[in-house]
Amino acid sequence: MVGITSYAGYIPRYRLNRMTVYASMGWFNPAVIMSAAGEKAVANYDEDAVTMAVEAGIRCLQGFDPSRVEAVYLATTTAPFRERQCANLVAGAVCAGEEVRSADFCGSLKAGTTALLSALEFVAGGGGREALVCAADCRLGKMGSVQEMVFGDAAAALLVGREEVIAEFKGSYSLAADFVDHLRGAESRFDRQWEERWVRDMGYEKLIPAAVTGLCRKYGLQPADFDRFIYPCYYGGARKKIQRSLGVDSAKVQGELLQKVGDSGAAHPLLMLAKALEEAKPGDKLLVVSFGSGCDALYFQVTEAIESFAHRRRVSDSLEESAPLDSYLKYLVWRGMGPVEIGMRGEEDRLTRWSMVWRSRQAILGLQGTLCRACGTQQYPPQRVCTNPDCGAVDQMDPVYLAGKGGRIFSFTSDMLAASLNPPAIYGNVDFNGGGRALMDFTDCTLEELKVGMPVRFSFRIKYYDPRRDTTFYFWKAVPVRGGGA
Amino acid sequence: MATGIRDKVAILGMGCSVFGERWDCDASDLILEAFLECLEDAGVEKRDIQAAWVANHIDEVNIGKGGVYLSTVLHLPLLPVTRVENFCASGTEAFRGACYAVASGAYDIALAVGVEKLKDVGYGGLPDSPIFGQLNRLLGPNATAPGMFAQLATAYSAKYGVPMEKIKEAITHVSWKSHQNGARNPRAHLRRAVSQEEIAGSPLVCYPLGLYDCCGVSDGAAAAIVTTPEIAARLKPGRPLVKVKALQIAVSSGEEAAFHRWDGAGILTTRVASRRAYEEAGIKDPRQEISLMEVHDCFSITEMVTMEDLHISPPGKAAEDILSGFFDLDGQIPCQTDGGLKCFGHPIGASGLRMIYEVYNQLLQRWPEDRLVKNPRFGLTHNLGGVPTQNVCSICILGVD
Repeated sequence: MVGITSYAGYIPRYRLNRMTVYASMGWFNPAVIMSAAGEKAVANYDEDAVTMAVEAGIRCLQGFDPSRVEAVYLATTTAPFRERQCANLVAGAVCAGEEVRSADFCGSLKAGTTALLSALEFVAGGGGREALVCAADCRLGKMGSVQEMVFGDAAAALLVGREEVIAEFKGSYSLAADFVDHLRGAESRFDRQWEERWVRDMGYEKLIPAAVTGLCRKYGLQPADFDRFIYPCYYGGARKKIQRSLGVDSAKVQGELLQKVGDSGAAHPLLMLAKALEEAKPGDKLLVVSFGSGCDALYFQVTEAIESFAHRRRVSDSLEESAPLDSYLKYLVWRGMGPVEIGMRGEEDRLTRWSMVWRSRQAILGLQGTLCRACGTQQYPPQRVCTNPDCGAVDQMDPVYLAGKGGRIFSFTSDMLAASLNPPAIYGNVDFNGGGRALMDFTDCTLEELKVGMPVRFSFRIKYYDPRRDTTFYFWKAVPVRGGGA
Repeated sequence: MATGIRDKVAILGMGCSVFGERWDCDASDLILEAFLECLEDAGVEKRDIQAAWVANHIDEVNIGKGGVYLSTVLHLPLLPVTRVENFCASGTEAFRGACYAVASGAYDIALAVGVEKLKDVGYGGLPDSPIFGQLNRLLGPNATAPGMFAQLATAYSAKYGVPMEKIKEAITHVSWKSHQNGARNPRAHLRRAVSQEEIAGSPLVCYPLGLYDCCGVSDGAAAAIVTTPEIAARLKPGRPLVKVKALQIAVSSGEEAAFHRWDGAGILTTRVASRRAYEEAGIKDPRQEISLMEVHDCFSITEMVTMEDLHISPPGKAAEDILSGFFDLDGQIPCQTDGGLKCFGHPIGASGLRMIYEVYNQLLQRWPEDRLVKNPRFGLTHNLGGVPTQNVCSICILGVD
C-alpha cells in the first residue's frame, strides 16, 4: 500500500486583518471591500516559501526518522532563486541527509499536487521507502489589489510511504491547460490576473468539474461517492455552482481557509488536505483537486491507521498560534514593498562565500554541532578541539543534530542599533538541551515575553538578504515556547 | 622561571590628544598631537626612540594595516615599527610591546602609540564588520556591541536575583559619576554633567541599556615613551618614577561562547587577568591597596560587573558599592577620574594608552585640585575588547615610588 503516512500544516504567526488593509488602501480601490472579510496569514519578515516549507516539513516528520526519507520535493511559485535548488535547503534543514532525490516543483499553483503525485509514484515505483513533499507560497499582490487581500502565506507537508499509511493513494487524473488566470513574468514580483468573471466562469467552474468527472470516469465513481471534496477556490458563488453541478453535498466540502489564512497558492490544496486528514475517519474517500494551469485530481482512502496516528492537530495548532499584525505599513516593510531607511549600518556588504557555506553546510542547514566522545559535551558550532576546559580532546567528535533539541534562554536583549527590518533585533545566548551554548537571533516574539530560563525551539529563517547579489541566506533562530514556564 | 615585568620599566613621558568628534583631523593629526606632548614630557628627541608599536582596531577606516602609517606620519628613521590589534585592548597591547622590548634589554627607549579615527564611518556606533570572521557572521546574529554587553544585565539579574530596577539604578549611578568627572576634564569628549533622571530616562538602545549607558564614539590618540627605571632616574632626576607593576592579558578560550558553565554575569578573562596582575604587582588585597582605577566602561553594565571581576566588590554586591559612592571621585577607590570611556570617549586603539595616561598623571599628582586623587600608590587600568562571550582583557597596574 502506498499513501500518506504523515501530514502537517504551517501557518505563520502573524495575521493581518483585511479591514486593516482596507483602512489603508480602500481610498485607492474601494472594490477591495468585497474581499475584506477575515484575516490573512503573513510570513514574518524573516520567512519565505523555503522557511515555511521547512517548518511544515519538521512538523510532518515529528515522530519519524528523517534519515529514512529518500526524496524531498518542494513545491512553490515563490522560490527565492531561479537557479539553486530550494528542495536541498529543505532536505538539509529537516535533516534528511544528502542521499536523497530532490526536486523543486514550480510554475503553477498545481505544483503542490504534482509534487505529491511524483512522490507517490516515486515510492510506488520502488524509488525509495519514504518521500517528503513540502509546499509553500508567499505571493504578493500589489498595493490595493484583490490579490493583496486574498493571498495568504502558508505551507503544508506530507510524508509518503508504504508503512503505517493513513491515507491510501487510489488514483489520479490530470489536466494541463494554458488557462492564464494569473501569471508572473520571469522578472515580476507581483501577481497579475485577468478579469475575475472569466477566471470564475471559464476557469474554476469549467476545469474543476472536468477534472472531477475525468477522475470519476477513470475509476468508475460518482462525485457523490467521496466523503471529502477538497479544492481551492475563493469565489464563494463559484464553489456553490461547482458543488451543485457535481452533485456534492456541501457538508462534504472541505473549508477553504480563506477567512483565517487566505489562498496560499501551491501549498493550498495540500494545506486543505492536511486539515481534512486531521478530521478524517477510516474508510473516508478523499478527493483533492488543485487549480492552476490545469488541474490534478487525486483520490485517497483513509485507513484504520489514522485512528492511532499520534498528532491530530497538526494544522489547527498552527492556526491557533497567532498574533495580530496591527499595521499595514509593517506588512509593506516586511515584504520589501517600499524603500525604508535601514541606515548605513544595514548597507554594509554581505557577500555570501559559497565555498565556506559548502564546507559548513551541516552546521548551517541542520544546526549540526559536535558531541565529544571523551567527555560527552555537546557543542556548537562544530569543534575539533573539545570546548570543555577540563577536556580538550582532539578529533573525538560525533555529529549531533541540534535543530530538533530546543533549549533555554541564558541571556537576552533587544537591540535598536542593529540593522533590522523588524526592529528591535532580539537575540541572546541559548543553552541547548543536552549541553552547549550559542548566540542566536530570536524571532516570532517580543522583548516583554522573554525571561532567562524560558524554553525555546529552533526555526529555520532568513538570516539576511544581500540586495546587491539577490541572495537570500538562511540560518536557525530561537522561538520562545509560550506556556513552557521559565 | 619567568618573573613578570614588575619594576622593570618606567614611563618617561606620555601624551594624549583631545578626544571627541575631531571632524578637522585625520588619524595623522591625532597621532602628532599625542606624540608631540609625549616627546616633550619625556624630554627626549625623536632620534632617541629605538622601536615603536602602534595600536589600531578598525584598519579599514583608519591607518590601514602594518606599521607603515605611524612610521611615515612621524618619519621615524627606519625603525622597527609594529602594528598591533587586539580589540579594545589594542592600546594596552602597544604599551605591552614597548615595555617588553625595554624589559628584555633589546631597546633602551621605546614608543607606544594608539589611535582611532572613528568619525569617518558615517553613522553612529562602531562600524559593522566581521570581527569574529566570516563564518561567525553566517552563524551568529547581526549583533552590536551594546546588545552583547546588555545581556550581562539579564544574566546577572537571573544569577544573583538582583531585580532589573536595582541594576538600572546602579548603572545610572555609574554613568552619572563618569559625567561628573568628565565635566571637569578639558580633554574629554563629553563634558556635560547630566542628571540621574536624564540618564535613566534616555532612549533605550539595547535592553536595559539606554543612550547614556553607552560610551562616546570618538576620535583620539595617546602615546607613551618607556624606558628602564635606571635611564628614567638619570633623565628625570628628582621626579617620582612611575613604574609598571603588572601587565596582563587574558583571551577567551571559547568556553564562554559554547560551553555551559560560565555564569554570564561577569567576564571570565577579567577575573583571571586581574588575579594574575595582582600577583605580578605583589598586591594582596586590591580593595585596600588600589588607589584609583580606569576600567573599560564601554557600557555602564560592563563597569558594574567589572567591579566584581576585578575582585574589588564581592560577587553580587557591585550595585551596593556603586550606589554607596565607593567609586565616586571622593570615594574609597575613585574610578574613571578622567570621565572614562563614557565621557572621555572611546577611540578604540587609543583607549588603553589614554587610561595609562590618566593614571600616570594622577600618580605624578599633576591634575588640578578638583579632580586629583590624593597620595595614590597603585593605579589600575582595565580594557575589555570584543564581547562578553569572546573577548580580550588587559590589565595594567602602575605604581609610583
